Amino acid sequence: MTPSGVILEARGIAKSFGGVRALAGADIAVRRGRLNALLGENGAGKSTLMAILAGALAPDRGEIRLDGRPVRFRDPREARAAGIAIIFQELSQVPGLSIAENIFLGREPVNALGLVDPARRRREAAAWLARLEVGLDPDLPVASLRVGERQMVEIAKALSLRARVLILDEPTSALSAQEAASLFRQIRRLKEDGVGLIYITHRLDELPGLADDVTILRDGAFVAARPFAEIDRSEMIRLMVGRDLSGLYARARRAPGAEALRVEGLSLPHPRRPGEHLLQGISLSVRAGEVVGIFGLMGAGRTELLETLFGRRPASAGTAWIGGAEGLPASPRAAIRAGLALVPEDRKDDGLVLGMSIAENMGLAGLARAGGPWWLRPGRERAEARAWGERLRLKAASTRQPARQLSGGNQQKVVLAKGLATGPRVLLLDEPTRGIDLKAKREIYGLIDGWVAEGLAVLLVSSELPEILAVADRILVLCEGRLSAEFAAGEATEEALLRAAVPEGAGT
Amino acid sequence: MSRLRSWLSRYSTVLALAAMAAALALGTDTFLTASNLLNVLRQISVNLCLSIGMTLVILSGGIDLSVGSVLALAGAVAAGLLKHGFVLPGGAVGAEVTVSGALLAGLLVGGACGGANGLAVTRFGLPPFVATLGMLSIARGLTLLWTGGFPINDLGPGFGFLGTGRVAGVPMPVWISGLLALVFFGVTRRTRWGRRLYAVGGNARAAALSGVNVAGVQLAAYVLAGALSGVAGLLAAARLDSATPSAGAGYELDSIAAVVIGGTSLSGGRGSVPGTVLGCLIIGVLNNGLVLLGVSPFWQQVIKGAVILLAAAFDRRGAEAET
Repeated sequence: MTPSGVILEARGIAKSFGGVRALAGADIAVRRGRLNALLGENGAGKSTLMAILAGALAPDRGEIRLDGRPVRFRDPREARAAGIAIIFQELSQVPGLSIAENIFLGREPVNALGLVDPARRRREAAAWLARLEVGLDPDLPVASLRVGERQMVEIAKALSLRARVLILDEPTSALSAQEAASLFRQIRRLKEDGVGLIYITHRLDELPGLADDVTILRDGAFVAARPFAEIDRSEMIRLMVGRDLSGLYARARRAPGAEALRVEGLSLPHPRRPGEHLLQGISLSVRAGEVVGIFGLMGAGRTELLETLFGRRPASAGTAWIGGAEGLPASPRAAIRAGLALVPEDRKDDGLVLGMSIAENMGLAGLARAGGPWWLRPGRERAEARAWGERLRLKAASTRQPARQLSGGNQQKVVLAKGLATGPRVLLLDEPTRGIDLKAKREIYGLIDGWVAEGLAVLLVSSELPEILAVADRILVLCEGRLSAEFAAGEATEEALLRAAVPEGAGT
Repeated sequence: MSRLRSWLSRYSTVLALAAMAAALALGTDTFLTASNLLNVLRQISVNLCLSIGMTLVILSGGIDLSVGSVLALAGAVAAGLLKHGFVLPGGAVGAEVTVSGALLAGLLVGGACGGANGLAVTRFGLPPFVATLGMLSIARGLTLLWTGGFPINDLGPGFGFLGTGRVAGVPMPVWISGLLALVFFGVTRRTRWGRRLYAVGGNARAAALSGVNVAGVQLAAYVLAGALSGVAGLLAAARLDSATPSAGAGYELDSIAAVVIGGTSLSGGRGSVPGTVLGCLIIGVLNNGLVLLGVSPFWQQVIKGAVILLAAAFDRRGAEAET
């Protein structure tokens, strides 16, 4: 242990992929019993730096010191043996195995004969889950868990490793408010135990009471490291973005027009539990030129609502009018024909065919709507894609570039273009700015604002309160599959929305 | 340097084919003659028909192990109808069947087998490997039932023209398989269905949310693969003037090999019909060249396997370079 309490320190870390520079001299230090919040826009190099610290990637240049001694991890096992645990944004679990099996994967507790001791494994797993206040049965297969629950299992695993350094990469992005609160309590306990933490997040609101230090990266390089007490929110944003971003989402005044979407009494049964409903008696309406926000906690049915409207899930009751025509779409194809477009929550799994080019992706949903010949006109397709690219300020070498190679923000622009190219009346947006940096966020909301001004109706699902408050004209709150409140843009506050979103008796 | 590498991996199949052809042209007197080259093209024509269908199915994210058996069934049904006419059990109804009627029947039988594969995959959710493994056995069994286990010979000159005839000096099987390759190159690259096929294989969830009828696209791929196996069965029977119950046994492996050598990814969504044509050519030239060089048939198998592994390894590197 060095006098300053530094456990792990990285200096001048550089890393390039192919010709692309991801890190150019990044520094970070983790101190005993302190949480270092690592901030930076997407593409700033945060995740790359963490992967290097955890031994998953080798740096091109730079030095890592553990307890003052230079170290070089060849793989994540070596890093873990040295007491460094990481929870990646993309979870690394075996879905078919149980919670307990996942927590102790590769280091199963054994009995006197050297055989796996399932009872002890189960008991110890239950103890770690209880410490996180997670009431999950350790025998449940991980595949049956929600994303937030999986995240908690991953955190229980890291705790069970008794790591000295714990790296959390956007751990709350999939957690409900209660789950996040229990994670924060746990983090504070870990700090008391002397664990040093690195915490990556886009949600600056989480930091008070949690962070002790702040490290900011921009474009792969170190920008600043300060004690949290000596830096305020606008300063953090300024350092991340490199300029002042006041008025993050500017919104024009709008006068809504005719009703574009009306939903009445929509119910969606639970696919596996008979008698239970994911959605019950949902009625809402969205007018042309209006943004209606839907706020809700994890598992409230937000995504299910959009997917039911879009014909991906069969409703058991209720109906809809889209542009005055009655009928709930029976398939996404019918939904697109009726004038709906969906931008799904998960870009990579639901939004894009990653191996296809930008132009091919942008044209894909339009195939369902276009009449006329069976054949394609690649030249025209690319010309249209170029036009969309210019309108959306897409940064790409060419419309033939595979979607896989784009950054998150640019991928999202391709998904948006794909939906808008079908000429929709109503745009369904599911967490449209998740995992996108501030600049791209602002661009995307600026663009949406422009289309809404031209008469597009938008139904927006978001779990980010500041975002939904800034963007939506009206906000509906979804709680356990029912609408629990409605607010006009001016009336809603973060507290009021949260109060309406939290189930009765759950408490926060 | 990395430019050169990516260029090399991109055109590795063409380069490999060119290198093999050059070596054989220098090493033998017989390889680079018109008759031998046409011979190679004729020899690959059956595998090319199967492999085009296999490419469609693999692009959709599936696989079809039944193509060899379906080839045999389609050939046997066509040959049987041609030879014995259309006879209902008991002999109450009997009718002559023309050559074109027999050809149509062969195509329909192939398409029906493909349709059954497609329904098993899309409606009953069976993994393609399992569904088509079942069909591999069913179609072979039906072939044995239909033929009673004996070859059906002497199918007549009209039918035989399909296998042995020549137009403008080029054998009919070469015309037919080449034309099909051209047609399906167009279908995969220039039609909406082709675009959907790539989308379904690349990411079925995203395709469905983009309004693509995923099950319909997959079903069509299996039906086409079955019909193309039917064409292959007709060509094979016409060539030998005989439909044998064991025809096409093991051909599914040659066809998968051709698709893989041609750079189509077994996980779907990436690859092309021209790639498959190259894959068939490489296998054909390899077979031909090894015979011309007098290499033992035992070694031929070993060498063919090594080429498949090499091609797959190159393809992996190419795929990594893309990401």
